[in-house]
Amino acid sequence: MSDRIFGLIIAVVALAFFASATQLEQPFFADPLGPKAFPYLISVVAFIAASMMIFSPDKESNWPNFKTLIRISVAVIILILYANSLKPLGFLFSTAIAAGALSYQIRPRSIESIAIGVGLSVVLFIIFKYGLGLGLFAFPRWL
Amino acid sequence: MDLFSNLALGFSVALTPTCLGLAVVGCILGTMIGALPGLGPSNGVAILIPLSFSLELDAIQALVLMTSVYYGAMYGGRISSILLNIPGDEPAMMTTLDGYPMAKQGRAGDALVLSGVASFVGALLATVGLMILAPILARVAFLFGPAEYFALYMLAFCTLGGIGSNNQAKAAIAVCLGLGISMIGVDNSTGLTRFTGGNLHLFDGVNFLVAIVGLFAVTEVFVFIESHGKETAIGVKLKKVTIPIKDIIYTRWSMLRGTLIGFIAGLLPGAGASLGSFLAYTFEKGVAKDKSKFGKGDVRGLVAPEAGNNAAAGGALVPMLTLGVPGSGTTAVLLALLMTLNITPGPLLFSERPEVVWGLIASLLIANVVLLILNVPMVKVFSRILQVPPSILLPAVTMISFVGIFSLSGSHFDLLLMIGFGILGYILRKVDIPAVPVILGILLGEHMEVSLRRAMVLSDGDWSYLIESPISLGLWLAAIVGFIAPIFLRGFFKKPPQPVA
Repeated sequence: MSDRIFGLIIAVVALAFFASATQLEQPFFADPLGPKAFPYLISVVAFIAASMMIFSPDKESNWPNFKTLIRISVAVIILILYANSLKPLGFLFSTAIAAGALSYQIRPRSIESIAIGVGLSVVLFIIFKYGLGLGLFAFPRWL
Repeated sequence: MDLFSNLALGFSVALTPTCLGLAVVGCILGTMIGALPGLGPSNGVAILIPLSFSLELDAIQALVLMTSVYYGAMYGGRISSILLNIPGDEPAMMTTLDGYPMAKQGRAGDALVLSGVASFVGALLATVGLMILAPILARVAFLFGPAEYFALYMLAFCTLGGIGSNNQAKAAIAVCLGLGISMIGVDNSTGLTRFTGGNLHLFDGVNFLVAIVGLFAVTEVFVFIESHGKETAIGVKLKKVTIPIKDIIYTRWSMLRGTLIGFIAGLLPGAGASLGSFLAYTFEKGVAKDKSKFGKGDVRGLVAPEAGNNAAAGGALVPMLTLGVPGSGTTAVLLALLMTLNITPGPLLFSERPEVVWGLIASLLIANVVLLILNVPMVKVFSRILQVPPSILLPAVTMISFVGIFSLSGSHFDLLLMIGFGILGYILRKVDIPAVPVILGILLGEHMEVSLRRAMVLSDGDWSYLIESPISLGLWLAAIVGFIAPIFLRGFFKKPPQPVA
């Protein structure tokens, strides 16, 4: 079933890609092929391959159970929050929180996770800032 | 001799204190990365590339550092294979077959030393092979026009897809995904933007380092969260390490056979180290008179794949340097490094910037000696790394990837894109679509389109021009065989089962 759904998604994406390519302007002084031909080729091949996936799928993939999917989704949310907080919150705070939270996802021991988060944040900051000379802000700029 | 003067040039570049230091650091980092389960040469090199830029190294120094990491990771992969029965990276999978049973019989030290020596033999001879073969191939590559390059890219995608996947349709989808992503951004021939959806961040296209770190490192985070708890590693304790001279002499031919097979597998565009170690093991088992001990701790079954995968790592550099077509996931990452350093691999690289090529080769030779020292007398130190708990390791790797990508552009858009690629990589893994062709597609898409369009300019729109020259015709035929043949060969090449822990 996963194969069919994924194949269907790819087929739709390929069609959208094709449609989007038809909208490209053909410049007046273009080479014989122009900017559209190669995207056309890609979408046609992708469409054929996706149809094959729909019509002759492999055996069902091994998806994790609901609990694990939740844990992975939590990890995704942590990463997105981390990506958005790296600049406004500064490196030390955001890294300590994100690293601690990720560590908790793997081994749910609160005190240990806090220690790992804080430890990693400080150690990595020293390496990045003074070892590699990256321009990181330790603290939020308003502090 | 040309070769020796070139080598002298190379050593004059590589023997500077900075380069030597970088080679040693790279080897240590690489061995650690290789040893850690889940962190292989490709994601290891990928997360370190952005950071290596911040050191403000010149092109040669950056290359020396990263190729040392690459070779180091190939050596290090065997450590967790032998001690934990978990391959440190994909090419090291075959090493578990006889390495882990040996360790269980109390010969962990012997297995580590023996496979370290095999790695050295494989990598060293492959580097010599690279020295001899690369300049010759570079001369041939001068004959390549756009039609030949287009055919060559087809060959790389077809063999990589054909061999690297169990399903040709899925391999084709992987390639198309990569090529499609590479189309995003400004089209260099016309100055038009394509497929950006009006998003300013996408005008420069998708940075391939963002895609690579996302697909390799971030995906690994999700896979790890999923698999955690299932794989409990009960390692074998490493006792005294001695050098089993008898076994080294006994297995000398196995090492050489593994090296030759691995090197040839590495040369094929798109095949790479996993195939090298696999074929080396299968062949060694095939020629052995007494097969009964294979899978139960036969020393020949240990050294052949280990020599094979390291030789393939060297062999894979040949098409990467001379043609700009990588032979494996890791060489694809190294190609990304070259492209970011503004070095275009190909025949011109050999004539115009010999100091880069030969400096690289000389530093590979140096790295091999360093790695032999690190991996034989000091192997015990590295085996300690396996004791780092995943609850520290995984967050650390994630944070390093984030900071690396953040240091490239300072934009949180790239970070979000990287997370997106991580999720995509996880889904691809679940539906059994290989990620390496996606990367190769992103890397080569632009070149592939440009060569097709140039070929059409030359022929004025006549498609038969693509198969007119004998070279391109041969490449097309090889591509078709490379794509289709694995379907029939799959029955013969069943992967042997892993030993039970």
